[in-house]
Amino acid sequence: MTAFFQSLGMNYEWAWFIATICGILLIALPLMLAVAMIIYVDRKVWAAINLRRGPNVVGPFGLLQSFADGLKVFLQETIVPSAANKGIFLLAPIVTFTVALGAWAVIPFDAGVVLADINVGLLYILAISSLSVYGVVMAGWASNSKYPFFSAMRASAQMISYEVSIGFILICVVLWAGTFNLTEIVNAQKGHGLGFVNGYFFNILLFPMWVMFFISSLAETQRVPFDLTEAESELVAGYQTEYSSMSFALFWLGEYANILLMCSLNTILFFGGWLPPIDWAPLYYVPGIIWFLLKTFFFFFMFSWVMATVPRYRYDQLMRLGWKIFLPISLLFVVLVSGWLMFTRYA
Amino acid sequence: MSVAQLVKSFTLWEFVKAHALTLKYFFKPKATINYPFEKNPLSPRFRGEHALRRYPNGEERCIACKLCEAVCPAQAITIEAEPRDDGSRRTTRYDIDMTKCIFCGFCQEACPVDAIVEGPNFEYATETREELLYDKAKLLANGDKWERAIAANLEADAPYR
Amino acid sequence: MIHTIAFYLFAVLLIASAMLVIMSRNPVHSVLWLILAFFNAAGLMVLVGAEFIAMLLVIVYVGAVAVLFLFVVMMLDIDFAELRAGFMKNAPLGVLIAVVLFVELFVGLVIHGAGELQLGAADGTAATIEGRSNIESIGALLYGEYLFLFEAAGLILLVAMIGAIVLTHRERTDTRGQKVARQVARRPEEATVNVKPEIGKGVSL
Repeated sequence: MTAFFQSLGMNYEWAWFIATICGILLIALPLMLAVAMIIYVDRKVWAAINLRRGPNVVGPFGLLQSFADGLKVFLQETIVPSAANKGIFLLAPIVTFTVALGAWAVIPFDAGVVLADINVGLLYILAISSLSVYGVVMAGWASNSKYPFFSAMRASAQMISYEVSIGFILICVVLWAGTFNLTEIVNAQKGHGLGFVNGYFFNILLFPMWVMFFISSLAETQRVPFDLTEAESELVAGYQTEYSSMSFALFWLGEYANILLMCSLNTILFFGGWLPPIDWAPLYYVPGIIWFLLKTFFFFFMFSWVMATVPRYRYDQLMRLGWKIFLPISLLFVVLVSGWLMFTRYA
Repeated sequence: MSVAQLVKSFTLWEFVKAHALTLKYFFKPKATINYPFEKNPLSPRFRGEHALRRYPNGEERCIACKLCEAVCPAQAITIEAEPRDDGSRRTTRYDIDMTKCIFCGFCQEACPVDAIVEGPNFEYATETREELLYDKAKLLANGDKWERAIAANLEADAPYR
Repeated sequence: MIHTIAFYLFAVLLIASAMLVIMSRNPVHSVLWLILAFFNAAGLMVLVGAEFIAMLLVIVYVGAVAVLFLFVVMMLDIDFAELRAGFMKNAPLGVLIAVVLFVELFVGLVIHGAGELQLGAADGTAATIEGRSNIESIGALLYGEYLFLFEAAGLILLVAMIGAIVLTHRERTDTRGQKVARQVARRPEEATVNVKPEIGKGVSL
């Protein structure tokens, strides 16, 4: 895109600047739309599994429900509790939202369709996702209320715990792909399984890693069964308790943007990103971005499916799963994967 | 722990089974009805919003016997009565506080002339509390509005009384 | 030009937030400013091309260490008056340390400016190698040249970790913990029986 703006007679730096701004808008605006629709899908899937109908009044099939909710929230009054730490209280939802959008910079939607094709893409995502805990912690502390604070403590402990095992799982993928660059990780998956299946999913050593990554991403995004941070039966609404209006909506948008990010990471790391599921020439006529979106949507469906199926974990069970089961197993698989690669690839 | 159990727990067997079950339910027909557009059938004995009925000639049925006021366990009914110009005994005031009413149906059981009844209407939500303090005019208007449904219900229920 | 603007933005923000770390009255604000400082330092590192270090700084310091800082500081009940009471007593020592640090920094900068000191690898080659990414260079150094030092550092950390656990761990005998594995292993067949007792006979378990 930089070249296009340069052809309009700008010098390189300005062209790059404007192209980047356009790229950000091209990602962020459809993403917000996707988040609105995905909230609708979430409610529909959840309702269908409960034998309910879900939202079906606003717009055809209730498709505009999220926009109606957004409008409602937008028109509400922003309430800041008098005992709250005002600056941080208002900063927290902004941090959550910004961080949730920031990680999308390195996600490749198709071959070459990526805002920043950096070499440390995966590390960047790890870094950004480790930042997302701050929105929650700041919100919990600044609310100056006990339930949000409990929620914040739970959130930070939970996210740190699962980030450790996510790190090891990612190392397995990185070892196999030989790069931290997300585009190249996807390319490395071409024809990986039996020579014709695109994706690490069909790799016997990496399949358990995918299962663990999926479960960890549920924990990382605080979805059911790990939604202890907003366990309404014990913590009212968790760190969002004191929030209203747009600040609440920003949390909501950020949360779902994070969920979509985790779904797309599942797609990129284990299911071959924009590549069609099978390495067969006719399938490549379908644009890569369609495959990418289909796969991401499939994972989102799984997120909703799990949400409607599994009851919430207790906090000590959550910690036990993270530290006593996922961490040792992922460590073991790092050893197994690197050992296997030493024998087959580098021997 | 036996080997089978070990395999089961490591393949997350119970989770897989649970998800298969919920996926089955995902495709099942929905149990809920499309409420504002579809409604469940109501029994003729359904006790909904109150109404004061009239005779076919337009004369109001209520004779101000105050049996309903006496029987009302929530004391939601207030009646004041005076002889009318033609000498018949009628209510000058017939109020039902719908916020107090518990919809027990004792008032319609007590009524000797089938004047106060609980009709089939249950959609009378209001935006203010005051609108739920029904007076005689409102109750008579309800009666006029729902007379056909109420009469049909009373007739359907008559053989069992 | 954008490079220069970005550098000054990061640098100014870094220094400003570093100042605010020590100047803010609320310790939680201090930690949050510290996080901003870390973040801007990471931005500076990206600018000089050390993106791997930058990401590690964010992951390790911002993502883990600072969260724990924040955790601890939020839960502390700090008496500010008491804190400030000891300030004048310790001020001379603090100033002394600050002067020493400043002189060291100054000397270091002067020597570096005079070209006496070679920054980079031990054998004097430049740190970045053409055609090689950051990660590869660091990997080659850590796991090639400095393998033993690196492993030794790892071992020391491991020992420290085990030591910390041994020192703080205590076996509690007065509580009954949950044995999850046993609960999970328990089957309905082992735990329940279905009996049809005759009337008046009762059940023997």
